[in-house]
Order: sequence, then C-alpha cells, then structure tokens
Amino acid sequence: MAAKTADAQRPLSPFMLGQYYRFQLTSLLSITHRITGVILSVGTVFLAAWLLSAATGPASYGGFVRFARGWFGQLLLFGWSWALFYHLCNGIRHMLWDTVHAFELKDVYLGGWIVVAASLLLTAGIWVLAYL
Amino acid sequence: MSFRSPLGRARGLGAAREGVVSHWWLQRLTAVALIPLALWFVYGMARYHVADYQTVVAWMHNPYAAIAMILWLVMLFYHSALGLEIVMGDYIGIESIKVTLVILQKFVHVVLAVACVFAVLKLAFGAA
Repeated sequence: MAAKTADAQRPLSPFMLGQYYRFQLTSLLSITHRITGVILSVGTVFLAAWLLSAATGPASYGGFVRFARGWFGQLLLFGWSWALFYHLCNGIRHMLWDTVHAFELKDVYLGGWIVVAASLLLTAGIWVLAYL
Repeated sequence: MSFRSPLGRARGLGAAREGVVSHWWLQRLTAVALIPLALWFVYGMARYHVADYQTVVAWMHNPYAAIAMILWLVMLFYHSALGLEIVMGDYIGIESIKVTLVILQKFVHVVLAVACVFAVLKLAFGAA
C-alpha cells in the first residue's frame, strides 16, 4: 500500500525536466518542438490580421504595417520566423524517424545539432534578405 | 504484431478517442505539404516589400501566388488544429475542459482559415 501511494505521488513528464533529469539536448528539442508549434498556432492570428487588413483597404493596412514595423511587431516576427524554421527543420527530423532512419543515439544528437544550426542560419538569412 | 486491443482495433479508436491512423497520417501529410509552402511564404514575405499596400495587392493579383497562398493557409490551419489537439490532449487532465478547448480551437481555426482565404480571394479578384 505504501509503495502504491509513492507511485501515485510521482511527478510525471514534462515536470521531470530540469528538476529530476539532468539536461539533455534531446528532451529540450522535443519540448521546444511543441512550444514552437503552439507559438506558431498563436501566430496565425497575426497572419490573419495581415491578410484581413490588406483586404479591407490601404488605411487599415497602414495601421497593421505601423504595428508590424514597430519594435514589438518586429520582435514578434523575428520570434515567429525562428519558431517556423525550428519547427520545420525538427519536423523533417521527426518524419525521418517515422521512416526508421537516423534513430541511433549518435544520429539523434547529430540531427538535433543540425536542426539548431539550420534554424538559426535560416532565420539569419531571411532577415538579411528582408533588410537588404 | 499490433499493440492495440481487439476492441480498439474494431472501433478504430486509440487513447485519443478517435481514428489514430487518420490523425497521425494527416499531420504528416500536411507537414510534408507545408515544407515547400512555408519556404515559399517566408521567402516571399522577406523578398517583396510587403509593407507597401500596392506590392501586396500586386503579389496576390498573380494567380500562382494567390493559389500558393491559399494552399499555404489551408495546410497551415489544418496542421495547426491537429497539433493543438495533440498538445491539449496530452497536458489537460480534466476531460470537460479538454473537450471544450479542443472544440473551441477547431472553430477558431475554421473561422481564421475562411477569413484568410476570403481575404486572399478579395485581393486576387479586386481592383489592382
């Protein structure tokens, strides 16, 4: 009975992260995939605002652009662009796993670092292109 | 061998209480479609001076761009609704709250998707 109570009290994932597990790249990238996914879902509201303001007319589009080009709008766009590239790259990694490729521990770590590097490079690239 | 119970197989239901294969498959299908569409969208947003109203109107007047934008929107909102459903299913323990939020987010996704597609069509067919 005592063992059963202890089992019931046991903290469950994802609350194991940080507190009970030492840092692992794999678990961090896994939860980041979900967090970026949720962030991108929220970002669709911004995408809708962009299209709807454009469809409404030049005046409302001007209002949207003023917000989007302000420091807060640019911060949101910068965050979303990285979230998109991260989710895209890691999503490809996930689909490779679905086909039972790159599933050895060393490949899982190698793929993880490639995703981190590729998402940062793509984000930098797109912002250089935007401000050229 | 299958890890699913005979009853679960007969109903076509898993722990998520719905067709597991269908949800899993559609999530991958939309993901694959979104790879080129996302790259096209982000490149277009960075490449064209979208802060200018006339540029956006001209961009959406190109039929190929309007079609690509609509495909991007449909796949994006579908993928987003599927993903949020999984996240809500995994982290919300109270069944009534979970079901309510999943229904709500699906409605919001449909509304946003219809609004976005309508906006693109209005830009595409409207005056230049």
